[in-house]
Amino acid sequence: MIRQAGPVAYAIFALLAVVAAAFAPLDDYMLHILVQTASYAIAVFGLTVVLGLCGQINLAQAAFFGFGAYAVGLGTADLHLDFWVALALGAAFALVMGAFLGVATLRLGGHYLAMVTISFQQIVTLIMVNWIPVTHGPDGVGSIQRPAHFASAHAFLGVCVVAVALVGYLVWRLPHTPLGRAMRALRDNELAASVVGVNVYRTKVAAFALSALLGGIGGGLFAGGFAYVSPDQFSFAESIVFMTMVLLGGVASPIGAVIGTALLIVLPESLRFLKSVPGLYLAIYGLAIILIIRYMPDGIWGYVQQRARRWFAPPPFGAPPPGLAFAPSHNGALALEVRQLAKYFGGLRAVDGVSFAVRRGGVHALIGPNGSGKTTTLNVLSGVYIATGGRIALSGRDVARLPPHQRAAAGLGRTFQNIRLFRSMSALENVVIGAERSGCNAGADHPALVERARAALAFVGLEARARERVTGFSYGHQRLIEIARALAGNPALLLLDEPAAGLNSSEKLALRDLLKRIAAKGLTILIIDHDMTLVADVAAHITVLNFGRRIADGVAADVLRQPDVIAAYLGSEPDAAARP
Amino acid sequence: MDLVLQLFFTGLGIGAVYALVALGFVLIFRATNVVNFAQGEFSMVAAYLMVVFAVDLDWPYGWAFLATLAGMALLGVVFNLGVYYPLRHRTFLPVIISTIGASIFLANTVLALYGPQPQVLPGWFETPGVQLGPVYLDSQYLLIIGVTLVLVAFNHWFFEHTLLGKKLQATSQDKEMAALLGIPVATMIMLTFVYSALLGGIAGVLVAPILFVSIQMGSTIALKAFAATIIGGFGDVTGAIIGGLALGVIETFGAAYLSVPYKDGFAFLVLVAFLIFRPQGIFGERIAEKA
Repeated sequence: MIRQAGPVAYAIFALLAVVAAAFAPLDDYMLHILVQTASYAIAVFGLTVVLGLCGQINLAQAAFFGFGAYAVGLGTADLHLDFWVALALGAAFALVMGAFLGVATLRLGGHYLAMVTISFQQIVTLIMVNWIPVTHGPDGVGSIQRPAHFASAHAFLGVCVVAVALVGYLVWRLPHTPLGRAMRALRDNELAASVVGVNVYRTKVAAFALSALLGGIGGGLFAGGFAYVSPDQFSFAESIVFMTMVLLGGVASPIGAVIGTALLIVLPESLRFLKSVPGLYLAIYGLAIILIIRYMPDGIWGYVQQRARRWFAPPPFGAPPPGLAFAPSHNGALALEVRQLAKYFGGLRAVDGVSFAVRRGGVHALIGPNGSGKTTTLNVLSGVYIATGGRIALSGRDVARLPPHQRAAAGLGRTFQNIRLFRSMSALENVVIGAERSGCNAGADHPALVERARAALAFVGLEARARERVTGFSYGHQRLIEIARALAGNPALLLLDEPAAGLNSSEKLALRDLLKRIAAKGLTILIIDHDMTLVADVAAHITVLNFGRRIADGVAADVLRQPDVIAAYLGSEPDAAARP
Repeated sequence: MDLVLQLFFTGLGIGAVYALVALGFVLIFRATNVVNFAQGEFSMVAAYLMVVFAVDLDWPYGWAFLATLAGMALLGVVFNLGVYYPLRHRTFLPVIISTIGASIFLANTVLALYGPQPQVLPGWFETPGVQLGPVYLDSQYLLIIGVTLVLVAFNHWFFEHTLLGKKLQATSQDKEMAALLGIPVATMIMLTFVYSALLGGIAGVLVAPILFVSIQMGSTIALKAFAATIIGGFGDVTGAIIGGLALGVIETFGAAYLSVPYKDGFAFLVLVAFLIFRPQGIFGERIAEKA
């Protein structure tokens, strides 16, 4: 069927490429160029993963490439290891170093990563040049061996093409796996990814380590192809070449990586006069980077794809989606119990000893004037902030110290006042990521996740537009997609942060009906909003905050009649006593 | 003990250069939320301009310096218009990549024009230095430390006590609000780039007589300066200066007592140590993203 057509076509194409590589009459020069292209392409696939999918920068790919190359070089020439053993060692070393760098820096923003990878690259070059007893220093390593059965240049090219085909396939499929979706989600919006259950830090480290691993594999093949390696082949300049390749071809797809790699290897070869002036071709690369980023941010392949997209539209869904079922756990009568919750920012007590309980089923509202600590409370509940003190029990389990993705796994879903969708993805993909949260029993296989995501979209009335990119939806619809994303995770408790903010009156009515339908299905909702009509209409229970403290709590109608609450909202009567 | 004092002085001198470049980093970061990866190339380009004016054309040192400053101001304008401004509404990643492209472009254009041979720029003073007790004070190091002190004082006065400085601060803190108050945001960002190109340029001219003037000096200085900003606390002006001085001293002692070939590696080790154990730096505060 159509789902299978892509992989089959890919396999046939790859097989043809391998046969052509092994048997086509190629002179030494062409073989040389093709081996270089293939080994570089694998390293550039690494950048497709880390930069294209995950949005993290890696300016040390030549260093990881160098690890693989030196492992094969020193392993086969000095230690007389088998080629494959040396390659595996080099790849493993690159993986470990990549993971180490990632663990050390990925908690921080992208600037740090860029600088640290440049520093790392410089250190590796320093070591390659100066640690002469091991690396042979600037002389480099010669007489590198190829694998026993693939010693001819032709046969080795065949090996390289097989490697490109295999790695390329994996990188091509990666965006559609849970790990790949997590990478794309955090690239688009880290905070939203964490509250729908993505372990942001671990995913970034995985992407970075994977990128380093591919660099190492590419480098090992490169060393086998050229029989000689030296430090200048793995300098910072080469890292820039890798970066230019992936940007030129297109960061989003391995096809782009291959296009960029091939172009930047073949073009300089055919424009050899550029190399006669030192620096000239790198100056052109630098300029090319600036121009590509400005005028062609998706690269060559991205541009082609955009043009061709309408011919490759995915097939429409056959059957209508199933109804959306919720099966929240029923441990205890309370969905949420908050006790003495506190959050201080320096001297500011934004939330100061607040306690309340949310009963299972139905809608509970948290209200209060501006600056009363509502949104801070929500952020502390969902783990965006860590509480200064107090206890948060979700279905009886204390989650106060957990990071956001583990609270999502424990059954907490939330939306944001300022919408945080994954902007490069379709509505469906956004909701699939929500459905994927661990602990949700939607089923682990992809069709089941898609069914659940479609059901969630149908529940909010947007299933017909599931395949459209979220940026094309109106503000009100984007809010509904965010709610669908939270619903798809089958949460035990749904936190809604001012869902009515910015909606027009008819959208507000639709939202009210949606909340009532969700509540009717037995899902517990904790809502923050300023729209008192909405709150009074849907909430059975209300907690009121003012100045970070709880001033009222109880059945909705009673709470809204209390003088304190009215005073907090409308100001007290002129003759009433002033606040102490 | 004498050696320790001597190394300390040398370290402060080289650290002052890192501090100046780090200051340029921080100012651009605060104005645009982007790290300018070509900041080190500003120093490199200025050093080469100085070689052209003072050595090749044999102009008087002072005039050559002024001409270099004019060239750097122009570079700041062109850099802003070509590299940053068109991408100002995009996320930080494209802007970073664009400044990296600019860094590669600048370094290799200079290489293509001037060749790989390192150049020598004489110092400003004829006298090589003075002996003060056990410590020999090289005149160029004295000059570097002196100029850095003056520039730091100027920086403080400019940002805290002039209207233009306040406008620049307002722009860096909230562009939309600054625009609503009638501050020409685009001009302010342009000025920030010019100012930061001048700071980087002065650092380059000051350090050139100590090092060889080479293509690599830009990226070397930039890495040290970036490490300095992290040690001090990212985005913090005082932190960048203290971090730069500290790094210069650490590195000089490391080269003297541990290893000369790996001198440039110490900055990286210090950087990673800070990232792991105190990522907010000495002065910085942890900043959480607002939901």
